[in-house]
Amino acid sequence: MSELLLRQLAEASYQTIYMVAVSGLIGTVFGLPLGVLLAITGRGELLENVAFNRIAGAIVNAARSTPFIILVVAIIPFTRLIAGTSIGTTAAIVPLTIAAAPFIARVVEGAIREVDQGLIEAGKSMGARPIQIILKFLLPEALPGIVHGLTLTAVSLIGYSAMVGAVGGGGLGDLGIRYGYQRFRPEMMLAVVVILIVLVQIVQSLGDRIAKKVNKRAL
Amino acid sequence: MIVLENVSKSYVPRGTSASTGSVQALDNVSLKVNRGEIFGVIGRSGAGKSTLIRLINLLERPTSGRVLVDGKDMTALNESGLRAARQEIGMIFQHFNLLSSRTVARNVALPLELAGRPRKEIEAEVEPLLELVGLADKRDRYPAELSGGQKQRVGIARALASRPKVLLSDEATSALDPETTASILALLADINERLGLTIVVITHEMDVIKRIAHRVAVLDRGRVAEEGDVYDVLTRPQTQLTQRLVAGVVDHGLPPEIADMISDKRAPGAATVLRIVFRDGAANTPVISRLSRDHGLDLNILHGRVDQIRGRPFGTLVVEAQGTPDQVQGAVSHLQSLSLGVEVLGYVGTAIAAAG
Repeated sequence: MSELLLRQLAEASYQTIYMVAVSGLIGTVFGLPLGVLLAITGRGELLENVAFNRIAGAIVNAARSTPFIILVVAIIPFTRLIAGTSIGTTAAIVPLTIAAAPFIARVVEGAIREVDQGLIEAGKSMGARPIQIILKFLLPEALPGIVHGLTLTAVSLIGYSAMVGAVGGGGLGDLGIRYGYQRFRPEMMLAVVVILIVLVQIVQSLGDRIAKKVNKRAL
Repeated sequence: MIVLENVSKSYVPRGTSASTGSVQALDNVSLKVNRGEIFGVIGRSGAGKSTLIRLINLLERPTSGRVLVDGKDMTALNESGLRAARQEIGMIFQHFNLLSSRTVARNVALPLELAGRPRKEIEAEVEPLLELVGLADKRDRYPAELSGGQKQRVGIARALASRPKVLLSDEATSALDPETTASILALLADINERLGLTIVVITHEMDVIKRIAHRVAVLDRGRVAEEGDVYDVLTRPQTQLTQRLVAGVVDHGLPPEIADMISDKRAPGAATVLRIVFRDGAANTPVISRLSRDHGLDLNILHGRVDQIRGRPFGTLVVEAQGTPDQVQGAVSHLQSLSLGVEVLGYVGTAIAAAG
């Protein structure tokens, strides 16, 4: 494999990691609070608000059921508004974030709903404010589940990032398609796939390790 | 200290409309808990115990009636007033409800953190609490590393952290084995004495009431069936429910082989089976010898048991009395005059002792 191709592999890897990391981070910034809200506004929950819960839930579902490749092109005007351009790696972060946030929200919602209701009751009995119940009871107790969910999100984002080549986002998936498929370079395709596998393995084992470290439920 | 005034609570279960499916959990309950006492509430599952204890700190809001804690009308407080009031009411739970993500010390520190106390002060408060419950050496352990009894000790220390005036115990020993239950109850009794803390204990086990409560209320289908001093309620249960609940811990029953021999009908020459219940000082009276001497009865002891309720003796004796109906009647009147509990259980055709 030529030095040029190697350099391209390195650059594409960097682009993939950059896109996944930034969209994962911004996705968490939006998704985590949204997930908390979804969990606590449900019927019979801490701050029951069925109307909000239904509307937020519907939006999340809509975003999650849109195929990613369609999402990418459908929101091009919005992407241009946010990133200044609709083409390139940085621009690709916008649709990736929009895909990640609702995913993270559902994952966080699930993890928080798993927390024993008895703990919320204990919190109330101590005179905790709702925000204290969220910050001191729900989030710390849901943390292992949230870490698992974020790991899952990162792995999904690595997969999604392969599709942003459609808008010039670059990354490993794009490289694999252009060189490996369109230019008949099977060794390039193989290299891309191997790197992706290694990336996913690293993310998954890192996530598992952190989740295990924060999980004090079974020692 | 705690006053419940005509408190009722009804629920509308999910999926039903208010007109058709309202469930009455508590029906016009009035109770008064005195400062510094351990007040027990006993009942079978579904009697409304859990609802009752949650009304005290308003985790459940009564449908009607008032709840007063230390003179404060809990039902009239707004959200922030209620939160402040709850900080003066500690609560412990059947399943402990500890945070698995926090160490023992940090669990105990939680109520103080919630109250916004500075870190230094919190540390100074937590140590003696851990000493009090005997877990000073476990301060940096996580709940998952503790036994059930230790977890409940953490729960108790946490409930005491905000220096409450009242401690609510919701089936706190129901998930524990008998030995651990005894040690937790001893700890609660000790805290009650040392700190003068008012404690409300909810349980379905009469043994818990017998061991630590001063006064007890028996709850039956949302109503108070019986209420009073524990010794009185246990030794003279007024309702059938209380009798059944009491039966396990203070034995009013007879061994089946004796119970089978007793009939309601009095055959000629049959002996009368009496149950005599001794309370307090009467437990020391030489009753049996007096009955046989003064009333001319032949007495045969069939079954007996002496028990203690909070250090006060209490005994039951089942005897077979051979004599004329007048002699037996005279003996019963005599026993009643000594304010002993007497009950004619029935008759046995031939003397059991002779048959044996």
